[in-house]
Amino acid sequence: MKDIVYEYDGSFDGFLCCVYESYTQKENPTGFFVGEADCTLFDTRYIPTVAAHAKRVYRSFFKTSQVFGPLLQRAWLTILPEKELQLFALIRLFYRLGPVALQDLSHETVSAVRRAVRHLEEEAQQLRGFVRFSEFGGVLGAEIEPKNRVLPLLRGHFCGRYREESFFIYDRTHREALFYAAHQSRIVPLEQFQMNAPGEEEAAYRVLWKRFYDTISIRERENPRGRMSKMPKRYWGTMTEFQSEDFFVSPCAAGILHSTVTPSADEAFPAPSAPDGIPAPETPPVCGHTAPV
Amino acid sequence: MELLDKLTILADAAKYDAACTSSGVRRGSRPGMIGNTSSSLAGCCHSFSADGRCITLLKVLMTNYCVYDCKYCVNRCTNDVPRAAFTPRELAELTIGFYRRNYIEGLFLSSGVVGSPDNTMELMIRALRILRQEYRFNGYIHAKAIPGASPELVTQLGLLADRLSVNIEMPSEASLQTLCPNKTKSAILRPMGQIRQECMENKEALAKYRHAPTFAPAGQSTQMIVGASGESDRHILRLSQSLYDRYRLKRVFFSAYVPVVEHALLPSRDTKPPLLREHRLYQADWLLRFYGFRAEELLDEDEPNFNPLLDPKCCWALNHLEQFPVEVNTADYEMLLRVPGIGVVSAKRILVNRRVASLGFDELKRLGVVLKRARYFITCRGKRDTRLPLVPEKLLPSLTAADRNPLQQSGYEQTSLFAV
Repeated sequence: MKDIVYEYDGSFDGFLCCVYESYTQKENPTGFFVGEADCTLFDTRYIPTVAAHAKRVYRSFFKTSQVFGPLLQRAWLTILPEKELQLFALIRLFYRLGPVALQDLSHETVSAVRRAVRHLEEEAQQLRGFVRFSEFGGVLGAEIEPKNRVLPLLRGHFCGRYREESFFIYDRTHREALFYAAHQSRIVPLEQFQMNAPGEEEAAYRVLWKRFYDTISIRERENPRGRMSKMPKRYWGTMTEFQSEDFFVSPCAAGILHSTVTPSADEAFPAPSAPDGIPAPETPPVCGHTAPV
Repeated sequence: MELLDKLTILADAAKYDAACTSSGVRRGSRPGMIGNTSSSLAGCCHSFSADGRCITLLKVLMTNYCVYDCKYCVNRCTNDVPRAAFTPRELAELTIGFYRRNYIEGLFLSSGVVGSPDNTMELMIRALRILRQEYRFNGYIHAKAIPGASPELVTQLGLLADRLSVNIEMPSEASLQTLCPNKTKSAILRPMGQIRQECMENKEALAKYRHAPTFAPAGQSTQMIVGASGESDRHILRLSQSLYDRYRLKRVFFSAYVPVVEHALLPSRDTKPPLLREHRLYQADWLLRFYGFRAEELLDEDEPNFNPLLDPKCCWALNHLEQFPVEVNTADYEMLLRVPGIGVVSAKRILVNRRVASLGFDELKRLGVVLKRARYFITCRGKRDTRLPLVPEKLLPSLTAADRNPLQQSGYEQTSLFAV
């Protein structure tokens, strides 16, 4: 077995092609790089993504197990350190021992991958509650800042929940967005995005929610640590109830419309581009109002 | 009155209700409707308020006008507070507005009693009907059945809501009589029995006809106030157990009494709410529902209250040391669940994993089993992790210490550079 470093395009299919190459060429990958590798003592080789190879590897998992393929796909969305190496080790283990390998939760690789997947799923479950939409002329929009790539996991839930609506969720961390309109959804990369200022009705609902949130707490039972452990502060940045005062004011209602718009602001934050068949969520920002971070 | 003021008054009046859950029903989305309840069977928390409690539903009263005079309640008719009432349409619109923005998972609707229980229930039903039928709302609804309302109205309410609840309020009939002169035990238990009956019949109907209308698919729950009257923990726990057994409740909620009023029959206004007691009761409640414990095992007549220093499971284990240590590689699921520190998740992981490999303490750690308490009560491949003998006197200090911050208990404080 020859030690080697693989370069590939960073996609899940690309990674499966690396697995394919390693088995057909009898190579032992010691590292994976997206694009060009840094200087390394090992030989490097670029693996092109071939759909047929990826498919063949993926289908091989289903010969003995129905759960391993989906598990790998989820693991691919996580922030597991040295993800490719860990997953490669897991695939090897799986090929050698069969599905029973996945049950050995005390194995180092299995437990690391399982833990990462659990983290992803827990984060997605929390975000199902913590995502906050705002309405812009009939379209709902939200921003999130997750650690893992949770959009594929949120997709089914929100598409079902807002079945007859159009909405989008922008993932600030991974710069991608989930669009849904006319019963179709798509996840697309999106470099720049900025939320519009709220309209009058939207601002009113934000105030109502903030008031409800403040009222429902019982002062005699106050427990800031309890709250933080169940809802870590990293989520607060995108949640309505923790925003500063100007988040609750509609600039259009306050009479400062057009006063802060500069042409450069529009160029810096272009409107999100929507894929074909899905209308763009809204026109470019009118008032130059930024969503507080 | 503006909507914002109404919401403030009616949310403030509803906040002492402990139940804020959206669990127990998985209903996918439906064409032409808004909402689903399928995020997870365990429900979905949308926020946590400053007191650390989950906010999942828009928890409000239909109105806080009330003809009753329950001594402990903020909304009793003799209390001088601002009053308000939602119109059914206002409430429906507010719910949809919040739901679309993903602020909430659904609506929790309770009410003060205006006129008569029947009149109140009719108001609530009207609001829910507008929400379900006009606004095509498919999300979660938790509704309170008002004790004393006629059975037909309870049936109608159950067809609109996912979960129903009737508050039992006080843990005994005697305290109910002194503190809630307008309520009787039978008036509370009658709708409970009816709901259980209709839920069971509905299950059968659904098995026969797929499109039969669902009646409260997420079952029913109840709530009682802890600390306003003199009942012991044992009494409360046995009562909840019999409620689970007889009425098939999904949950019994305990609400630590927050003094809102000065009254000769109630604790004085400066008493702190018994939060630790409430916590211990919830721990015991979990032991009843998921761990196969019975109330009689946890508390007896000599010790009718929980130990504030130790959780109920630890206490039980210390009193039954003859059953320990437990060998994790061979013990059955029921026994694993009885080890302090091992819960349902850990026990299931142990079961899966020990079919593949034998387990030592390192493997347990990698499984995610928390050994802080468990290490005193288990053996791995016949070995214990500690040399402490299995006698209560030796184990007690380590177990109570495991619960507390080491700085606090040693009496030392973190020094500050600038404190001089």
